[in-house]
Amino acid sequence: MSVAVTIETIEKRFENFPALRGVSLDIQPGELVALLGPSGSGKTTLLRLIAGLEEADRGRVLFGETDTRDLSLRDRRIGFVFQQYALFKTMNVAENIAFGLKSRPRHERPSNEEIRKRVRGLLELVQLPGLEKRYPSQLSGGQRQRVALARALAIEPRVLLLDEPFGALDAKVRKDLRAWLRELHGRTGHTTVFVTHDQEEALELADRVAILNEGRIEQVGSADDVYDHPATPFICEFLGEVNKLPVKVVGSQAFFGDRPVLGGLSQNQGGPASLYVRPQHLRIVDETPLALPGTVEHLRRNGPLRRAEVAVEGLKKRLEVDLASQVAPAIGERIRLRITHGNLFAAA
Amino acid sequence: MTAATTTFRWREPSILPGFGLALGITVTALSLIVLIPLAALFLKAASAGPADIWAVATSPRTLAALKLSFTAALFAALVNAVFGLILAWVLVRYEFPGRRLIDAAVDLPFALPTAVAGISLAAIYAPNGWVGSLLAPLAFKIAIPFTDLSFGFDGKVAYTPLGVMVALIFIGLPFVVRTVQPVLEELQSDVEEAAALLGASRSRTIFRVVLPQILPALMTGSILAFARAVGEYGSVIFIAGNVPMVSEIAPLLIVIRLEQFDYAGAAVVATMMLLISFTLILGGNLIQARARRRFGDV
Amino acid sequence: MSDAALPSVSTTQPRNTSRARGESPVVQIVLIAISLAFLLLFLLLPLVTVFVEAAAKGWEAYRAAITEPDALAAIRLTLLVAAIAVPFNVVVGIAAAWAIAKFEFRGKDLLISLIDLPFSVSPVISGLVFVLLFGAQGYFGPWLQANDLKIVFALPGLILATVFVTFPFVARELIPHMQSLGSADEEAALTLGASPWRVFFCVTLPNVKWSLFYGVLLCNARAMGEFGAVAVVSGKIRGLTNTMPLHIEILYNEYMGAAAFAVASLLAGLALVTLVFKTLLEWHYGDVIAASRRH
Repeated sequence: MSVAVTIETIEKRFENFPALRGVSLDIQPGELVALLGPSGSGKTTLLRLIAGLEEADRGRVLFGETDTRDLSLRDRRIGFVFQQYALFKTMNVAENIAFGLKSRPRHERPSNEEIRKRVRGLLELVQLPGLEKRYPSQLSGGQRQRVALARALAIEPRVLLLDEPFGALDAKVRKDLRAWLRELHGRTGHTTVFVTHDQEEALELADRVAILNEGRIEQVGSADDVYDHPATPFICEFLGEVNKLPVKVVGSQAFFGDRPVLGGLSQNQGGPASLYVRPQHLRIVDETPLALPGTVEHLRRNGPLRRAEVAVEGLKKRLEVDLASQVAPAIGERIRLRITHGNLFAAA
Repeated sequence: MTAATTTFRWREPSILPGFGLALGITVTALSLIVLIPLAALFLKAASAGPADIWAVATSPRTLAALKLSFTAALFAALVNAVFGLILAWVLVRYEFPGRRLIDAAVDLPFALPTAVAGISLAAIYAPNGWVGSLLAPLAFKIAIPFTDLSFGFDGKVAYTPLGVMVALIFIGLPFVVRTVQPVLEELQSDVEEAAALLGASRSRTIFRVVLPQILPALMTGSILAFARAVGEYGSVIFIAGNVPMVSEIAPLLIVIRLEQFDYAGAAVVATMMLLISFTLILGGNLIQARARRRFGDV
Repeated sequence: MSDAALPSVSTTQPRNTSRARGESPVVQIVLIAISLAFLLLFLLLPLVTVFVEAAAKGWEAYRAAITEPDALAAIRLTLLVAAIAVPFNVVVGIAAAWAIAKFEFRGKDLLISLIDLPFSVSPVISGLVFVLLFGAQGYFGPWLQANDLKIVFALPGLILATVFVTFPFVARELIPHMQSLGSADEEAALTLGASPWRVFFCVTLPNVKWSLFYGVLLCNARAMGEFGAVAVVSGKIRGLTNTMPLHIEILYNEYMGAAAFAVASLLAGLALVTLVFKTLLEWHYGDVIAASRRH
């Protein structure tokens, strides 16, 4: 079995709203994949389709070689962690985790002793030993999430699906859980797909990131792939801050106005294009042939970095520039900027 | 609000005017209309003297009337709990023609005067009525579980304890539906999806996951229906037949005592009714409060 | 970079498409059928019966039954009682809601429970208490007789009993709504220099008018339809202290079924009008009055 989950040209529409418009994706066994996109991009719908909670209008989902169309929800063996956890509030933690095992047909059901042991083991795995008798209302948000995860793992799922796993938690807990989940995945090796709208989360956690926009997957790749080589302008803008320059490509150079700003281009398509440059890829230089003159209009602190807003003639929006630690321009100073890295897209 | 912990303050300061006036009107009206008259009831009952109170309270006719009122109300509340739950479920979960109309119709017993409901139910369930005539050939033996009320069904509903229950089911239905409905509406769908993905059958999901969550609301609604049914008068007396010791409800006994100018006797029966139903309502509320503390509102 | 990331609840997902929810069509049809049968038997049939029986003896008999002097007197008395009891409860209900929703004070929960108390008291007892106070052998009976005043078996008694049973209706609808609105609007108006009464009539009242109307509607329906409480204090003197529900009882007991149902059809009509208004209010202003759908 080389592929754990195959998604083939899935289409799904809700009333008049096309949620997914031909989505294909292969997920390898043991892989941790993030579905990343803005709200309304179809990422949650895709997750629910894999789970079997929605039915595709067209296309199919395969688990290994098995078409899932005819599998019941039980036979799919999906571990699903809901955004709001969906814990059963009238059951305690142990009953929540045991629910899946106790739902099995009698001849497949483990003995009560076995179930108790499994619950204890899972609680240890999610680092909540001894909380069997607590009710969900008596747990913190982070604890609830771990119980939800333990409950999903209890049925020995084929695939683990997480819907915005950190969405309902505050920033601090979110960071801790992120590291913990990465480590847990390393230990248990479940094929895992999670949905997020937070690109930082996706890039940090996932082996591969699938970026969705308006019902289509725009790019699939490792964090470095998608960040350094974005396939589309959308991805460029979605993954962090970026400056956009209208340029014209002539030969191997890109011109802003009549000034060459970037050279050594391999793609010789020529014509008008958009050049996307991240703030950290703009450097203040003394004099080079490929430079963009501008005036520092504003300086500010951006966490550990310092940021300059530079007005460039012929450009409405000021350029955002990350400053190296030793450089300290003054407001109003004329400077020259060199583009160290940029992504070029032919103008639409 | 800094010194609020040390000094006794019976209300928080506010810049809004009219607190004194509003509270004054409320407390005065409440006292004159509700509290003082109810106090007079207890006073009257107490003034009867222990021997008379005991005699009234333990007279077979009083006991029979109280027993009928409470058991019929309990039975009606149970019937309403079952059918009210089904009805609320159907109204919230299913889409079918006429759903909105039926939703609106559920409130009919709130709006229809009890005397109107009473004569109408009596006409329907009378031996020559639309339903009564259909039931007449269906005589069977019926026993109410957990009570010693059991009687052969001789084909008659009206003018028997069964008639009392029919009326009480009518007036109690909306309480259950209207209490369960909003809770069902707000139930998160993800909990049911989680149960299904964990491998639970639909019936296991409903009985183990969904129903436990709406149980508190179902209890509240049933208790409200029960409380209303215990004291109900108008819709019952027309259909009950009012045979002493058989189909005479406690409120009717109060009226009869009053018509005999036995004020103390009426007051004693009324006080007993109030005390029993307040105790039952309080007990129900305590059970619920405990459930709410444990399961929270997550 | 997106520290403020809120849990993204996607609004574009109709949740009810889920395959995991919902019973099989057979179960659905069975449950719907049970519901419809139950409603037919216990709700629709009684309602239809009222009109069918009222029409049983023809239009002339119907007209005669509702225009007969005793019937007209009963209609007049019912309207009069409601015309006094309902405004009284509106005033008290608004006062109670103002005190409870806009202020924090000790004993508030107790006050709310006491306002709700009449809901859990049998109507018969609601009437009985006034007989015990003002009846011939009641606490104030001798004094009333000496001064030639009549409360029980007269209009004041009918009004008192009606006010008692309808006491919670208006307050019950207003309190949750006013609580959910808070006091910001009123505070703003006050700081702009509006007088207290102006604040009340121009800010508070318009804000809660629909729930007030809703409360008045329910209060009025109960006031006109009340039977048990009124039966105890009325003495049922034809043409004098007989309200419509009591008139129905007398006609019914005298085996004048068609006439009883004719008068009953008027009250059933009132109930239907109430239901229609109530439903329209819930459809259009459900968000503001939904909090109080439990009675």
